[in-house]
Amino acid sequence: MSMAAEPNELRDDVLNGLRLSRQLEKVWRTPSGLVGALMSVDHKVVGRRYILTAFAFLLLGGILAILMRVQLAGPEKTFLSADKYNQIFTMHGSTMMFLFAVPVMEAFAVYLVPLMVGTRNIAFPRLNAFSYWMFLFGGCFLWISFALNVGPDVGWFAYVPLSSLQYTPTKRPDVWAQMITFTEVAALAVSVEIVVTVFKLRAPGMTLDRIPLFVWAMLVTSFLVMFAMPSVMVASTSLILDRLVNTRFYDSSSGGHPLLWQHLFWFFGHPEVYIIFIPGTGMVSAILATFARRPVIGYPVVILSLIATGFLSFGLWVHHMFVTGLPQLGAGLFTASSMLIAVPSGLQIFCWLATLWDGRPVYRTPLLFVIGFIVIFVLGGLSGVMVASVPIDTQVHDTYFVVAHFHYVLIGGAVFPLVGAVYYWFPKIAGRMLSERLGRWNFWLAFIGFNVAFFPMHILGLIGMPRRVYTYTADMDWAHLNLLSSGGALIFALSFALLLVNVIYSLRKGELAGDNPWNASTLEWATSSPPPPQNFDRIPVVKHRDPLWADNESLPVVAGLSAERREVLLTSLAEAEPQIREASPEPSIWPLLAAIATTVFFIGSIFTPWAVLWGTPPMAVTLIGWFWPAGSKEDEE
Amino acid sequence: MRQTIVRNVAELPTYGYGPRSGPWWGAMGFMALEGMGFAIAVGAYLYLYAVNPTWPIGASPPDLWPGTAEVALYLLSIIPNEYTNRVAHRQDLAKVRICLVVMAAIGIALLVLRGFEFAHLNTRWDNSAYGSIVWLILGLHTTHLATDVGDTVVLAVLMFTRHAKPRRFSDVTDNVFYWNFVVLAWLPLYVLLDWVPRL
Repeated sequence: MSMAAEPNELRDDVLNGLRLSRQLEKVWRTPSGLVGALMSVDHKVVGRRYILTAFAFLLLGGILAILMRVQLAGPEKTFLSADKYNQIFTMHGSTMMFLFAVPVMEAFAVYLVPLMVGTRNIAFPRLNAFSYWMFLFGGCFLWISFALNVGPDVGWFAYVPLSSLQYTPTKRPDVWAQMITFTEVAALAVSVEIVVTVFKLRAPGMTLDRIPLFVWAMLVTSFLVMFAMPSVMVASTSLILDRLVNTRFYDSSSGGHPLLWQHLFWFFGHPEVYIIFIPGTGMVSAILATFARRPVIGYPVVILSLIATGFLSFGLWVHHMFVTGLPQLGAGLFTASSMLIAVPSGLQIFCWLATLWDGRPVYRTPLLFVIGFIVIFVLGGLSGVMVASVPIDTQVHDTYFVVAHFHYVLIGGAVFPLVGAVYYWFPKIAGRMLSERLGRWNFWLAFIGFNVAFFPMHILGLIGMPRRVYTYTADMDWAHLNLLSSGGALIFALSFALLLVNVIYSLRKGELAGDNPWNASTLEWATSSPPPPQNFDRIPVVKHRDPLWADNESLPVVAGLSAERREVLLTSLAEAEPQIREASPEPSIWPLLAAIATTVFFIGSIFTPWAVLWGTPPMAVTLIGWFWPAGSKEDEE
Repeated sequence: MRQTIVRNVAELPTYGYGPRSGPWWGAMGFMALEGMGFAIAVGAYLYLYAVNPTWPIGASPPDLWPGTAEVALYLLSIIPNEYTNRVAHRQDLAKVRICLVVMAAIGIALLVLRGFEFAHLNTRWDNSAYGSIVWLILGLHTTHLATDVGDTVVLAVLMFTRHAKPRRFSDVTDNVFYWNFVVLAWLPLYVLLDWVPRL
């Protein structure tokens, strides 16, 4: 099996300096022009598109939130009709969960993980491009449907029987179900890429206990996606089959059962929360180490907590179903497991606090967002422990208390770290720093706005306001708190507007970043900002958990990879010993064509089951085109 | 940052087999998530089985012969499949070609048998929740079977062209690996679909 390099092949051990950089750039760059852009398989290009698209969906989902807050700002407002309101809260939840929160985390992983593990591209780069197109098309499909008044209106978890054909005889739930299929295909693909990138593409010497915490977090998240998302795909597929070809999964008159839906949905839906939160913790660990000027205390504790959280997250789903009449033993068990998961999360929080306490914190914007995260997330965790208990949950189920709780957990646990991460990694991605002054304004507006918007919802819930009502009467006494909440929401929205302004301003006028503006310790900071197409001129060798702190003058590297074709270094799973110089795919238009064919198949099947028949051949053709060797040199070894 | 070359990897091979290669881990990842899909579908079946007082609902159990014949053929197919693995590791192109043709033929035979199995389920997808879940599970497995057969056919054709280069033998071994998954997935599904309704 040994196939040593051809003796006459140009390799990176005979080139040096600028000549090496230029040669590698020529080999690894994305082709120019529109077609070239559509062919890109560079993880940085795809990652950037993924991040931008996810933020565009955040903007859209945020606008919907503001519309709802305007409607609820006072009693009996007629700004939105009941029907519009139903569509809007469904679109808001679906957009934020499926088109923003999960994709944006995966997007950061797509951009950062290959850089952080010291390789040239992600594993399966064409699958990565395909994943992006599927995400984009799925998101556009949902939003175009909404624009045509076919936006789903059955809530983001689309409970049957409401979402069944009998009670919603429109195309709206079909749009929802198929959007799920799009985004799950995209997320599953990225997860497999991340797992293989972390397992096989790590720089030599990056043993398991030297992997950066953010990468560990994304690895655990990827496994969560792989084991949780099949459940929602079975759910959405069975729902759409019930609606389109009269299967009886949820039809209680023919042996079906509505609670089957809730089990399938929440078996995915609860891990989903951790799929969003665990990457946030990874971002927190990365930012905290850099700005506390010391490694995170308890590296193994943090990793074991991540893994424990991952496992436990599959044992809690039934706490979403406490009011469905569970056997007492079941209720007890799931209460216990719901409280148990607070333990690993708590351990991580203590590790972070200890790091801050023992470090020499530099309070720049990314660290401010991390501190905001700790405060808000702990509050969300506390209300979480409350609703884990059946008697309390029964009281506050489907009220604004729950709305407050999950916004504290999700925005606190994921969005605050995410915005911190934007400030932290923007210099790497764009080559320029974001404005620190605007950043501070951004943080304080977000922190204050968020709490003013969502804290009153706890009280509203306790005094009986149900979620998903489009209005209320004045005699309920909910008006003042709702007005306060709406005001907070506006301030919170303003903070995001400021982030946008900061990004646009800094892209042009920001201070140049240089390779490592924060003096951070991980490998993505060992290359230029933005990184060249090949990421690194030579693959780094890792001898320390914080390689750039161990030695910030010189970088040990390996040589001997090809400089005339795309090649990456595969290493062993545990010890990261070099094993293979493997070819990495060239740019290709086929992933886009495959995504278009799959889109036609998915959307067509909403309108006729025959789409499954006529939609398959184009998919098969594009997949064969994708995998068929194009005759380039690396295919022919 | 100054670079210090501490190691040269020029002598490493450019492809490998099994856990050394990237695609093997990719296949592993997809098997894990698809296996989870099967597990969830089985869970849904058992849930419906548990909540319904009669099972199967308004139908007799599937006829046993198509599923049983499939089990036999699947198990026997492991022999040529394993042989394919060996000749691919030996990079014996002539034998790999024959093996891939044989495996493709076995796959097509199984697809034909699968057609009979659908016809002998004794229920339609719209009869009851029982019919729905049976069709879903069988459909899910058939998708895997069809995908692997398609992959085998394409790979077989490829090995007859000028693209049959050494690294393709690694692809052949990954295809072998995936086939074992399709076989392995069928065994519990067979018990579930054909025998649980007879309990």
